[in-house]
Amino acid sequence: MSTPVATTDPAGADAAAGATDAELRADRRARRRRARLPYLLLAPGIVWLIAFFVVPMWSIISTSVEEGDMDAGFVLTWRWANFGDVWSRWNEQIVRSLEYSLMCTLFCLLLALPLAYFIAFKAGRWKNLLMALVVAPFFTSYLIRTLAWKTILADDGWVMHVLTTLHITPLLSGMGWTYSDNSILQTPFSVVCGMVYNFLPFTVLPIYTAMEKIDPRLHEAGQDLYASAWATFRKVTFPLALPGIVGGTLLTFIPAVGDYTNAVMLGGPKTKVIGTVIEQQMIGTGGNLPYGAALSVMLMLGTLVITLAYIKKAGTEEIV
Amino acid sequence: MSKNTDTTSEPAAGDLRLVNVTKRFGDFTAVNDLTLTIPQGSFFALLGASGCGKTTTLRMVSGLEEPTGGRVLIGEDDITRLRPHKRPVNTVFQNYALFPHLTIADNIAFGLKRRGIKDVAKPVQEMLNLIELSHIGSRKPNQLSGGQQQRVALGRALINRPQVLLLDEPLGALDLKLRRQMQIELKRIQTEVGLTFVHVTHDQEEAMTMADTIAVMNHGRIEQLGSPTDLYENPRTTFVANFLGQSNLLPGRAGGVVGEHLQVVLEDGTRVLIPAERNRASGEDVIVGVRPEKMSIHASAEEVPSGRNVLTGGIVTDTSFVGVSTQYVVKAAVCDELGVFVQNDGAQIFRPGTPVVVSWDPSQGFGLDGRQDIDAGAEADLEAAS
Repeated sequence: MSTPVATTDPAGADAAAGATDAELRADRRARRRRARLPYLLLAPGIVWLIAFFVVPMWSIISTSVEEGDMDAGFVLTWRWANFGDVWSRWNEQIVRSLEYSLMCTLFCLLLALPLAYFIAFKAGRWKNLLMALVVAPFFTSYLIRTLAWKTILADDGWVMHVLTTLHITPLLSGMGWTYSDNSILQTPFSVVCGMVYNFLPFTVLPIYTAMEKIDPRLHEAGQDLYASAWATFRKVTFPLALPGIVGGTLLTFIPAVGDYTNAVMLGGPKTKVIGTVIEQQMIGTGGNLPYGAALSVMLMLGTLVITLAYIKKAGTEEIV
Repeated sequence: MSKNTDTTSEPAAGDLRLVNVTKRFGDFTAVNDLTLTIPQGSFFALLGASGCGKTTTLRMVSGLEEPTGGRVLIGEDDITRLRPHKRPVNTVFQNYALFPHLTIADNIAFGLKRRGIKDVAKPVQEMLNLIELSHIGSRKPNQLSGGQQQRVALGRALINRPQVLLLDEPLGALDLKLRRQMQIELKRIQTEVGLTFVHVTHDQEEAMTMADTIAVMNHGRIEQLGSPTDLYENPRTTFVANFLGQSNLLPGRAGGVVGEHLQVVLEDGTRVLIPAERNRASGEDVIVGVRPEKMSIHASAEEVPSGRNVLTGGIVTDTSFVGVSTQYVVKAAVCDELGVFVQNDGAQIFRPGTPVVVSWDPSQGFGLDGRQDIDAGAEADLEAAS
């Protein structure tokens, strides 16, 4: 932590020679005040971080190595074996959570890239209106929106009707995304649909922001230099929007890993994700706080490792 | 190397031709039925104030704008509807539009790579040498000065050896000194590579320094086309006379013909002569034009050598000494603000308020059609200069 203190004495040696003791003391006091200032400004942030990050972090890590039961209470015994236990019992759900969130991130990206491109470069005066529409779902509660998808994807709903008419349902079940040709609810397909819908704005916003900053004349320069529209996108737009793409996919992936609302509301017994397990262990019927905590820590570390590897690969360290 | 621009002769293989090209944006006609031939290998300037249609013309050649009507051809190939990336044309953009995520070398290699050329290292190095930036090929554009960026933009376009290189106000963002230096450099590179350069600018000095042929544009049309000397000495309209340099324009009526000269009676009754062959006026109304540096200033009429046109009764209203010359503004009966530039040959400098006589050699005047706006182009020039 460097302290930005003005080191040059504006009065210089002349003034020092003629200065009185009182003046020198006042000068020293002022300098000390200036040196303290950065820490004073940092204090609220540090207090906030300690109260809401360091303490809960410590709490969950210590809980994850406790032993006991609900009735007798839990004691810190540094039982690292908790981690082995939860992995062997719930690895299926952990892997499924990662699968769903990766799928969700991929589909969000595929939808967000053309959408953000269109809004940033082609929408003209409709730009702000379209961005408002992207954000509009946030005005409704997350739960209600997800619940609405239950109606949309219902067996007698219009989506099902369209998919059946276009003979897409056998395709979906063939790929294992649904379990029968007559229903898409309670399947990985419906869960990922809900997740994509709910997280899409988080992908679009950063990508749009990055693209909006790109000078449209660079597209003209690309086309002038023998690049087709697609080549210009690959060689100019995409690399320049990369920080936004990395940011957007992370903002989607990280919350998606822990999300279980979609899995609970749109899924069924076969789509149970790790978030559901954690909830059951922590506050539900499972009743094993250390197991819930161990799963949480595991999930956090897993996400962190994946995120860091991804950022390293994408080569945009400046966003961390 | 420079050929005369003659629209009637057979086009050479690589001539750029615009045939009846029109571009409308809604109700606004940016380019109005423009027909133009730019010979292969020439340095051609489109000169005009902002909004005159010069940049739109350029963009129609590069393909970034599609004409509402007319055709664009290179040699015999009609490229009017060709996508920009398929045209043998490259542009040096105003503000350069360098790719910020690529190094200088990669910026320069961009066009070659898009055309599927694998081995780009050698041509890129040669181009870096030509633009004298070989030592900083690995830097990113934002680490470069304005002049260096300008050269990268030039190199990025030149390396593709386009049939036509378009330059859209390429020196506009540079300061005066650098601009002068780049003008010379651009001209040198053009001579070296021998490509057709089409240069859009609002800076008349820039156009005159570099171009073989200048087309002065106004309201989407070409006002006049010719060599820099031709345009300066024989402007055909008041717009060109005012826009290209300065002119003293004195309205009058045609009198009789005196030998090879035409006598013009100015509004205050003063009779002056202009060469009959330099008179563009078809009717009675004639505007006599004289460039300020062609005029002389005298203390009294007795000092004027015989055979010169004389305007008496002038009063100096402003004197500015700029070293190589003294620039006077003289108020005379025929014109409130007569500009007179006198070379610094050690002669007496007249202070404001001094009564003076102004004269010029009859061969140095020109005649314009008196039915046009006498101030056309004067404001455009000021706007362009600011």
